[in-house]
Amino acid sequence: MASFKAMIEIINLSKSFARSKVLDSLNLIINSGEIIVIIGRSGCGKSVLLKHIIGLMRPDTGQVIVDGNDMTRLEEHEMDKIRLSFGMLFQGAALFDSMTVGENVGFTLREHTDTPEKDIQKKVATSLELVGLKGIEKLMPAELSGGMKKRVGLARAICNNPKIILYDEPTTGLDPIMADAINELIVDLNNKLKVTSIVVTHDMVSAFKIADRIAMLYKGKIITIGTPDNIKGTKDPIVKQFITGAAKGPITEDA
Amino acid sequence: MREWINSLGIKALNFFIYIGGIFNLMVSTVFQALIPPFRKKEWVIQMYKIGVMSFPIVFLVAFFTGMVLALQSAYQLTKMNAQMYISSLVALSMLRELGPVLTALVIAGRVGASITAELGTMKVSEQIDALRTLAANPVKYLVVPRFLALCIMLPLLTIYADFIGIIGGYMIGVYKLLIGSTIYWKMTFDTLAFKDIFTGLFKSFIFAVIICVVACYEGFVTEGGAEGVGKATTRSVVISFILVIAADCLFTALFYFIFP
Repeated sequence: MASFKAMIEIINLSKSFARSKVLDSLNLIINSGEIIVIIGRSGCGKSVLLKHIIGLMRPDTGQVIVDGNDMTRLEEHEMDKIRLSFGMLFQGAALFDSMTVGENVGFTLREHTDTPEKDIQKKVATSLELVGLKGIEKLMPAELSGGMKKRVGLARAICNNPKIILYDEPTTGLDPIMADAINELIVDLNNKLKVTSIVVTHDMVSAFKIADRIAMLYKGKIITIGTPDNIKGTKDPIVKQFITGAAKGPITEDA
Repeated sequence: MREWINSLGIKALNFFIYIGGIFNLMVSTVFQALIPPFRKKEWVIQMYKIGVMSFPIVFLVAFFTGMVLALQSAYQLTKMNAQMYISSLVALSMLRELGPVLTALVIAGRVGASITAELGTMKVSEQIDALRTLAANPVKYLVVPRFLALCIMLPLLTIYADFIGIIGGYMIGVYKLLIGSTIYWKMTFDTLAFKDIFTGLFKSFIFAVIICVVACYEGFVTEGGAEGVGKATTRSVVISFILVIAADCLFTALFYFIFP
């Protein structure tokens, strides 16, 4: 479980698009080895937050400090070194559809290491086995179902032994059974690989099941953070409305 | 009135942002092309897709253009009893102008569109973000192989188009207008100077840079799902066409003064 050393520190992060302020002086500390789940409504900026952590987006103001490195000050090629300690699972899996599953999963090893081809194949096979998809290296992404794509995406994310794994809505669009399989996978990987996991979702079942801590993002700020039990027993009307899924309450359509 | 000036200002700003973006991409492409690792395999694949697969359509376009050129010039030249100049006219027009420009337009339609559609789809399905999270530079990984392939294959295709166009003219000149075969070839090669070939190929190299950078840039800035990809593809082809024609005009004028 969580050892309390800060892995990622987000300080006063702000980002605006066209008219709307998506992140507004957001502060968050993520501890090494924990699974933190960030909840919030669709389009409230959860994915934007993830993209700032891995440096895909630059903030207007503020800092993101990963393992002592300020991601916002780094050049693209300096960031690449740090990115190799990340794994990211995208909402739509984002597999490269011109490559086979095996080439997708082994991408970083082939690109950035001198690992011999034999070892790469072994590593690819173990990664695929971890996500429960043995022996599908030769298939193309177009031949896979949605759930399989997500699991291959996960295999690709873990193939180079990352220290931090980011999950962008890992269970969205999956049937409940597959969603639960993914949940178990996330917890499993966290225990086996000793990684820090950051999960962005609006699936409350999944959040309560996997989280060490849950943080709620609302109007560009983290309005509450705590263990799943804390969150369940919250008095905050906004959080309460969100976790119970009520249409009426302080959260309105325009928010 | 004020609104009108405002919207004009925004349009001007967007125009400069676009030009800046294109220029930026071009510089970083050249930079990335020069530093290792070089992806030779991907480069060869792109040369095949972009170049080799384009030979049939370039053949058709150039062949018919050569034939039409011969026929149209015959319409005037026979009145003056000067049919023998048809061959020079066909050769010069193909090498200096039609070969490079028609090939560039065909390739902008065939290859530029497919590059934008491919990169645009990768953008909207987050594959380009995924590349970056896997510490692979999208410019190096996606743009450089296409850029090098186009810069080599477009001039080659142009040489091929020049040759086929001349053959097209020959067919009409010799078999329809009954000019002697020997004299046709003699008139073709006697008029050609090195500068005719050089300026044509130089232009086609410039066109290759334009087509590739515009297509890749449009792909990279695509947003909004399948509809966005469609729009980006259309824009890519339209902008490539305009820039190719504009660059052609500029360089033709320039060469007119440099090589009188």
